[in-house]
Amino acid sequence: MTLTFFMQNLMNGIALGFIFALIAIGYTMVYGVVKLVNFAHGDIFMMATFFVYFSITLFGLPWYLAFMAGIILTIILGVVVERFAYRPLRTAPRISSLCSAIGMSFLLENLAVVVFGGRQKSFYRPDFFSRTFTVAGVRVLTVTLVTIGISLLALLVLNYLLYRRKIGLGMRALSRDFDTARLMGINVDQTITFTFAIGSGLAAIGAILWALRYPQIWPFMGVFPGWRAFTAAIIGGIGSIRGAMVGGLLIGIITIMVVALLPSLAGIKDIFIFMILVAVLLFKPDGLFGEE
Amino acid sequence: MSLLVVDTITKRFGGLTAVSEFSLTIEEGELVGLIGPNGAGKTTCFNMITRTYLPTSGSIRFQDVEITEKKTHEVTALGVARTFQNIRLFHRQSVFDNVRVGFHLRLKSNVLSAVFGLPGYRGEAAEIDRRAEELLKTVGLWEFRNELSGSLPYGHQRKLEIVRALATQPKLLLLDEPAAGMNPEESSELMVFIRRLQKEFGLTILLIEHDMKVVMGICERLSVLDHGLTIARGTPEEIQNNTQVIEAYLGTGEHNA
Amino acid sequence: MKMSQSKHRNTWLTLGMLVIIALGIFWAQTKCDPFVLRIMNVAAIYVILGVSLNLISGFTGQFSLGHAGFMAIGAYVSALLYMSPQVKAVNFFIKPLIWPLSVIQMPFFPALLIGGIVTGIAGFLVGTPCLRVRGDYLAIVTFGFSEIIRVLFCNLQRITNGPLGLKGLPVFTNLWWSWGFMVFTVFFIKRLVDSSYGRALKSIRDNESAAMAMGINLSYHKVLSFVVGAFFAGIAGGLLGSLLMTVDPNSFNVFLTYQIVLIVLLGGMGSITGSVIMGIAIAVSMELLRVVESPMNIFGLHIPGIPGMRMLLFAVILMFVVLFFRTGLLGEREFSWDGLFAFTGRIKEKLSSKGGQEA
Repeated sequence: MTLTFFMQNLMNGIALGFIFALIAIGYTMVYGVVKLVNFAHGDIFMMATFFVYFSITLFGLPWYLAFMAGIILTIILGVVVERFAYRPLRTAPRISSLCSAIGMSFLLENLAVVVFGGRQKSFYRPDFFSRTFTVAGVRVLTVTLVTIGISLLALLVLNYLLYRRKIGLGMRALSRDFDTARLMGINVDQTITFTFAIGSGLAAIGAILWALRYPQIWPFMGVFPGWRAFTAAIIGGIGSIRGAMVGGLLIGIITIMVVALLPSLAGIKDIFIFMILVAVLLFKPDGLFGEE
Repeated sequence: MSLLVVDTITKRFGGLTAVSEFSLTIEEGELVGLIGPNGAGKTTCFNMITRTYLPTSGSIRFQDVEITEKKTHEVTALGVARTFQNIRLFHRQSVFDNVRVGFHLRLKSNVLSAVFGLPGYRGEAAEIDRRAEELLKTVGLWEFRNELSGSLPYGHQRKLEIVRALATQPKLLLLDEPAAGMNPEESSELMVFIRRLQKEFGLTILLIEHDMKVVMGICERLSVLDHGLTIARGTPEEIQNNTQVIEAYLGTGEHNA
Repeated sequence: MKMSQSKHRNTWLTLGMLVIIALGIFWAQTKCDPFVLRIMNVAAIYVILGVSLNLISGFTGQFSLGHAGFMAIGAYVSALLYMSPQVKAVNFFIKPLIWPLSVIQMPFFPALLIGGIVTGIAGFLVGTPCLRVRGDYLAIVTFGFSEIIRVLFCNLQRITNGPLGLKGLPVFTNLWWSWGFMVFTVFFIKRLVDSSYGRALKSIRDNESAAMAMGINLSYHKVLSFVVGAFFAGIAGGLLGSLLMTVDPNSFNVFLTYQIVLIVLLGGMGSITGSVIMGIAIAVSMELLRVVESPMNIFGLHIPGIPGMRMLLFAVILMFVVLFFRTGLLGEREFSWDGLFAFTGRIKEKLSSKGGQEA
């Protein structure tokens, strides 16, 4: 195994890791604020790719506008889901919310099957993203660089929103102590809506970056990235954004490295994620960074 | 042999010391009170005795058996039962079922025997029904037996919780603020009720209350906690005139005896 | 005494009902066409699944998403035991099945039972670590276990034949087996739930700390519900495998679990009667709804089939129930002969009083 090979895969792992991080942040923020595991998050990720796809094929938008449209539509979807499937159950026992999240996931997947068709479609990849650079013998797709770049940018914006804006303060307050924060005058509904909006937006960005790398899209494509990102969020400590980032990168690197270094185990790699998830939940449910 | 020996138990939660070096010895047949202002650590003591919490240090012996590290249900099996400050009935089950559950821990028949209705189980089930009926009749709740426990009026729920604890056939009964939420008339009625139960079932009782007047009439001995520390011990008369105790209550505005 | 009189009456009524069911099965088995028979078999299997999940989730309050995994274990174990060596050899053409499974063959009933028992053991193995987790995390852990089982079965070429699964299974399942087991399952779990053990399980659901304080061993009882629930899920899996003549590892996926969860939710978490009714209802609707997936001719309009519509409708129904009918159809109410007589008694009263008023 050469250094080049290693570096190549490491780069890919990091890029993939950032995508997982973007999705994982959505899981972790929502859990932090409303204590709900949003099972439908992976499917919102999936819907984003289809929104972009149809913006291009049906409405003929140029790719940069289609990306924008996709992100906006996904944010709207996330907000709508929260409003109609989760908000009414906020006072109900936890099992109801859990069932609602599962049901929503189920619904989005099958809605996609019915409306978009079950067969795989090819996501449009503008030439720009297919070009490769060679840096110190390592071949890097533009997509990889863009992924890392955009992800970092998104994280910076998120940081700004969380720590320098009032709405971010609201989110952090609700996360720490829901009832007190509410009594202190934080507009709960608005803050929660905003949380879902950001989470969905990040998922949409992640989805586009994903589809640029792996251009096959189909209604159930969100399942595995969803579980991988969720595992990442748990490993990092659910509720902690920093944890989601670290967890995402870890999972991304592990995913790529396992396939690269141990190709014979490729068939079982899917179980690894669940085994890690189960193991973490059983033995160290607080993850790396605990509740923040 | 004393029934319960609590030996300098301490409970720390991270940096906070909830209870500091609490000791108490209870003999069989006594009715002892644990009082103090809110947040003094009284329920924490209960929780350590029933092993909901593990004491940070110290030991607890019941009938000369070390129970400090046992599991909660094991402690109950040995003969220590409790009620909760905020009533924790099995709200989705009937009054009758709530009491019958209390007998489950002493059941000898196994699951299959229960499912297939083998004679061994049938006998035990009939016995449970009979004794539960007896208990409910003793406290006048038999007529409500098929009602959902959560639908009873507050005072009845309190009684039911106590009766449910009695079903476990305890020797020591821990009552956590049984008169909470009651007016003075109801409180004294309840205290008479508790006294009566004690005599009828030969119980030893440890009672938490933060209202002094309530315990004055029935407790033989009192221990007073404030901020986790034991500040006084003695008979009700002694405690009533103890300046430290009065200050502890006045300081928190609790004194309304 | 009046109480034992009504108990006797109830026992006779129940026996009578069983006789009627038996006669019905006899008639159906000989008269109905295969399509109807298949639906009836699936209905019984779904009832077993619903009632067994209800035990774990509805009565003990352990929200488990792992039922499909248990089914898979039961399906594989029993199939590998009742398949003949010849059929096994045909199936395992990529890699041979390990010995002694390659040569074992036993009749259907013991194979099913062993499948159930092995699944029960799996229930123990899954339930024990699950003692540490609650609520959302429990759901995710059980789901994780189910997926691990599924992918494992997809990859153990020498034991499960990998993604190809097992095909050409002999059809042993008929109405006698499926409905027979259904009746047994309902009987077993109803008796369990009505017994002292059932009360203990319900206490755990209602308030764990109070249950502990009443001397109930949480670990023992939680694992008990998992073991019993898993046992019956395994039996259901075995019955289904023989009915469909195949065991496909990928069929034991999250959708299957959702369907069972839907049965329990719709019927009422904590109502065996509800799970029975909904198990039958969902099995029937799933089959009938296939109609919307194939082309239809309504009033001369040709509507092309829409694949996936069936599942979509299910998802919509699930959401509807979750949002508006949180307690399901029956909540926690159960059917009982006494209840039925009380109900008809009240109706009689109403009718006679109306008659009196009019006169």
